[in-house]
Amino acid sequence: MSSVRGRVRFEKRLDVAKRMTYLVPLMSVGAALVVGAILLLATGHNPIDTYHKVFSRGFGSRSSLSGTIGLATPILFTGLAAAAAFRMGLFNIGGEGQLIMGAVGASGVAIALSDQAAPVIFIAMVVAGMVCGGLYALVPGFLKARFKTSEIITSLMMNYIAAIVLNYLIFNSTSYWRDPKSKGFPTGKAIGSAAQWNEFTVSDVVVPLGFVVASIAAAVVWGLYKKTRFGFEVNVVGDSPVAARYAGVNTRRKVLTVMGISGALAGLGGASDIGDFRHVLDAKGLSQAGYGYTGIVVAALARLNPLAVIVVAVVMGGLTNAGYALQGPDFPSGLVGTLQGLILFCTVAGEVLTRYRVRINRRTVAPAPSGPAEVSAA
Amino acid sequence: MNHNLFVIIAASAIFYGTPIYFAALGEVLTERSGVLNLGVEGMMLIGAVAGSWTSSHLGGPAWFVVLGAIIVGAFAAALCAALHGLLVITLRANQTVAGLALTIFAGAVGLSSYLANSWHVARAPALRQIRRLNVFGLKDAPVVGPLLFNHNVLTYLSWVLCVVASIYLFRTRMGMHLRAVGESPQTADAMGINVTAYRYGHTIVGGALAGIGGVFFSLAIVPTWVDGMTTGRGWIAIALVIFGFWRPDLTLVGAYLFGAFSSLGLILKARNVDINSSILDSLPFVMTIVVLVVVSTGWARKRLGAPASLGVAYEREER
Repeated sequence: MSSVRGRVRFEKRLDVAKRMTYLVPLMSVGAALVVGAILLLATGHNPIDTYHKVFSRGFGSRSSLSGTIGLATPILFTGLAAAAAFRMGLFNIGGEGQLIMGAVGASGVAIALSDQAAPVIFIAMVVAGMVCGGLYALVPGFLKARFKTSEIITSLMMNYIAAIVLNYLIFNSTSYWRDPKSKGFPTGKAIGSAAQWNEFTVSDVVVPLGFVVASIAAAVVWGLYKKTRFGFEVNVVGDSPVAARYAGVNTRRKVLTVMGISGALAGLGGASDIGDFRHVLDAKGLSQAGYGYTGIVVAALARLNPLAVIVVAVVMGGLTNAGYALQGPDFPSGLVGTLQGLILFCTVAGEVLTRYRVRINRRTVAPAPSGPAEVSAA
Repeated sequence: MNHNLFVIIAASAIFYGTPIYFAALGEVLTERSGVLNLGVEGMMLIGAVAGSWTSSHLGGPAWFVVLGAIIVGAFAAALCAALHGLLVITLRANQTVAGLALTIFAGAVGLSSYLANSWHVARAPALRQIRRLNVFGLKDAPVVGPLLFNHNVLTYLSWVLCVVASIYLFRTRMGMHLRAVGESPQTADAMGINVTAYRYGHTIVGGALAGIGGVFFSLAIVPTWVDGMTTGRGWIAIALVIFGFWRPDLTLVGAYLFGAFSSLGLILKARNVDINSSILDSLPFVMTIVVLVVVSTGWARKRLGAPASLGVAYEREER
């Protein structure tokens, strides 16, 4: 007597229409903007005016586009990290903490190697960021592989622990990272100018090196998941763990590898945060940025496609950029996060349209033809 | 106040454990129906901001304002839970992703922060707070005073709810139906139980309880608004459900254990114990991981009490 009784029914589609892969994300953003407009109206703001400001501050000029690409860089890394793990049904929500650990590692080597040549420092920072982020992700990965402990909660707890570690290094100890000369409000040691990453200027739009690195990483992940045996097996585990086990895929080893890759991508984002942007281990800024959670939104909206992650990250970066530029009484903080959450909600709801055909029945329900036995990947 | 350290820790464990317990009990009911709601952290924050707003805007006697704040907080969080229900029960979306979406949407940098800033909740401390009671005038009695007779009304409510929920789950027909829905919705449906209604109902009640946990934060623990003030307690509540084997009574024990971890830092600091505060701050999170590992290993492998259909959408057509 449950869902079938109603007039609206969901029928499972046998195949997913190709156009849905871009229609659904577009409709999701549209629907989120409509719901957001209602929320803005309800709290006494003019939605058209607000959205116009968001667009012009996010994408309207070359300088705003530069800011947008800068803010897109960290969430491009965390979005890739989330997409790489979610593909296998592995919910690594620890991108936040892994990025922080990558930043700790990269700033550490940047300080230690300050008298080296710039390319040496760059490579060391990239490696340190990836290793620290990857190792940090291997903790929940190992617990998942060894004890079947839910990676969702453990990786999330690791985010809080990473924030506390960061806090400890800068505010609560005299660590290697803390600048001994900083009086009053403690800060981290600034990295030398040789350790700062280059930026490129493409027709007046500033593109940080990290964005280029992230785009290359996206292409590599795409190739890895699309063109290799490893990627094929990861996709099989993601679609049907049972089928993967029968096919002889070593799921435990896959969990470790994928967690390592995912964490390394987020950690690379931490290296970019130090090299491209802050040039110092900024405890307060890093723990408030929320890159990891935005990365999940980015990955979901990109439908876990690494190349689409680049586009979506730029869109989300624009939203964040506008949020920073407009913050004030007309644009309360939290609005950007709310819009991102709405987009994620609508994406999740929109996913349904790719899997089901919505049918509205006028009369009583005819007995549903029994569909083919499909493995429901719930 | 000449209590020994144990009594002080136990009393504050109850205080700090109560909001976690409300959220965890709500999640027990939700998960028993087969719905996994990872949006607890977000729902708690929405409850917290709604309760805080109500306490500053509602007039009347103190008990009335506090009651109103609790009801509004519960209602607001229940709305969020209904949204989750719509996504995962009606639209059959992936429960993990939908729950994450709820936490991101409502959470520390989302709607709860937006509302707090729009309503100017952040400016001033909540006018009416949930005060500690002096039950039977016994608050200064040795040992039992601080442990039993000096809590606020929500703590006593949580004790009542613990008993009621245990009886409901294991001694009533509705509770049995609920467990059937969580174990095997196909069978429950065949028996004539309305799977959809049970799932919606318990998801929404679970959200309301998480909201009350949030009100406890904004009106009893931290009486001013701070974005993300629940600092991961919603996630700890989800871990506690596993730790408590989906039982209201064991979950209460777990909640007080984590309440103790949360308060240990403050107590030791007050006693001038020389230990780095970062270590104490990380204690609840590290212990959550340790507890989860212990529960998912060895004798507990069978995951006693885990509803068999947890996280799986019910599709009648596929029966």
